[in-house]
Amino acid sequence: MSKRVLADNIKWLIGSTLILFLLGCSSESSRKDRIEVDASEITSQELAKEGVQTARQIFYSLPSPLETAMILKRSGAQYNEELLNPVDNASKYTTNKSMALNLGIYSTDLSYASLFDQTQASIKYMAVSKRMAEGLGILNAIDNTIVQRLEENVNNREAIMDIISESLLNTSSILEEDDRVAIGSVILVGGWIEGLYIATSLVDDVKQADNELVDRIIDQKLSLSTVVNLLEQHKDNSDVNEVLGDIKALAAVYEKIQISFSGVEAVEQEGQTTVLRSKNVVSVNPTVFNELRKKVASIRSKYTM
Amino acid sequence: MRSLAFILVFTGVVVFSSNNANAQCKNFAKRVCRLELSPFIHDGNYNAAILTEGEDAELFKTFYAGQEYRIAVCGSESLPKVEFKVMDVERRVLFTNASKDYVPFWDFKVEATQQLIIMVKVQNNPGGSNPDMLASGCVAIMFGLKAN
Repeated sequence: MSKRVLADNIKWLIGSTLILFLLGCSSESSRKDRIEVDASEITSQELAKEGVQTARQIFYSLPSPLETAMILKRSGAQYNEELLNPVDNASKYTTNKSMALNLGIYSTDLSYASLFDQTQASIKYMAVSKRMAEGLGILNAIDNTIVQRLEENVNNREAIMDIISESLLNTSSILEEDDRVAIGSVILVGGWIEGLYIATSLVDDVKQADNELVDRIIDQKLSLSTVVNLLEQHKDNSDVNEVLGDIKALAAVYEKIQISFSGVEAVEQEGQTTVLRSKNVVSVNPTVFNELRKKVASIRSKYTM
Repeated sequence: MRSLAFILVFTGVVVFSSNNANAQCKNFAKRVCRLELSPFIHDGNYNAAILTEGEDAELFKTFYAGQEYRIAVCGSESLPKVEFKVMDVERRVLFTNASKDYVPFWDFKVEATQQLIIMVKVQNNPGGSNPDMLASGCVAIMFGLKAN
């Protein structure tokens, strides 16, 4: 190739890079791209095309490890460290799938321990969460500053919750930025299963009336559809697909639990928080509850082995 | 040769601008929208997307009985007003910020656990600074939890 041809190609490359860069950086798109038409003139084929062009973005949001722990505490759960996944298990997790699941599991354990003011356990579980995050290549999600701030605020529960929230946000946003949303969904499912495992393990008597913990466990049937939809979005990923299989097996047990809903009404009162008034009626028998407890324990055991 | 170079450059630019937009969105959610949740504690989840004028997005989430929540929906400065609606699963509207001067957050609690749909829509702004162009930017949906 002659020097002149090479120089021409370099000039062209630089020119096209600049043009495309400017196009790519523009935060606006032409209004002329959108053609206004009389709705009556749109054929069904055009409607289908329009549907594709303006496909709505859908998000499925699972309860985070922090929310799961708060729900546990609010519903009267007690603290039991024996239920947590021992930090010594961390060395067994070497695949992306096992590290992601256990980052979620350890994050729920960390949140649960923190809400019950278990300072040493909190520090230990933050350290092991950091180790899992680093294993997944999310190096800055939980950095030394976060661990240090946690140690400095061991007696300030709200500050600790804020630090945990920040580390969770760092993890999910870095994964989104790196186009690794599938792994992010596995982390959330790990955390959700751990919350369900702790809750089901803490229930002594399912027959006891007004057992709020049992109510919250049954309520997870609603989150289950969100879990399935979230995983379905990324089922091309083999790790996600395997987890989806476990969740569908759990869904089969939840199908035996009936929940009926009344309509929701928003009641707004001056100077007070709006209340969404409604009533759920649930029906579960002890045999089904025990089946659910066993299924959750077997999935959790598979993930932490 | 030129075709190959064009494809390489184009791919590189698309990847770069997409990553750059995602990074800006992450910073916007962390540094701007998260502050709207105070004094509630952010749940730690990240839900944000780049939307253009007139576009909308939906989020499905279960809200638990007894827990008090704050929903914050924030749009970056480049965008016109962002409307958000909270709907039940039958898509009946329970709240819209359009009737509250587009306030960016809403506090509520549920008597019984409910799955709700949060729909966000970037309003059209035909009278914008450049009437020939559609603005686009980051929209974040974040959830705050009232401490026990």
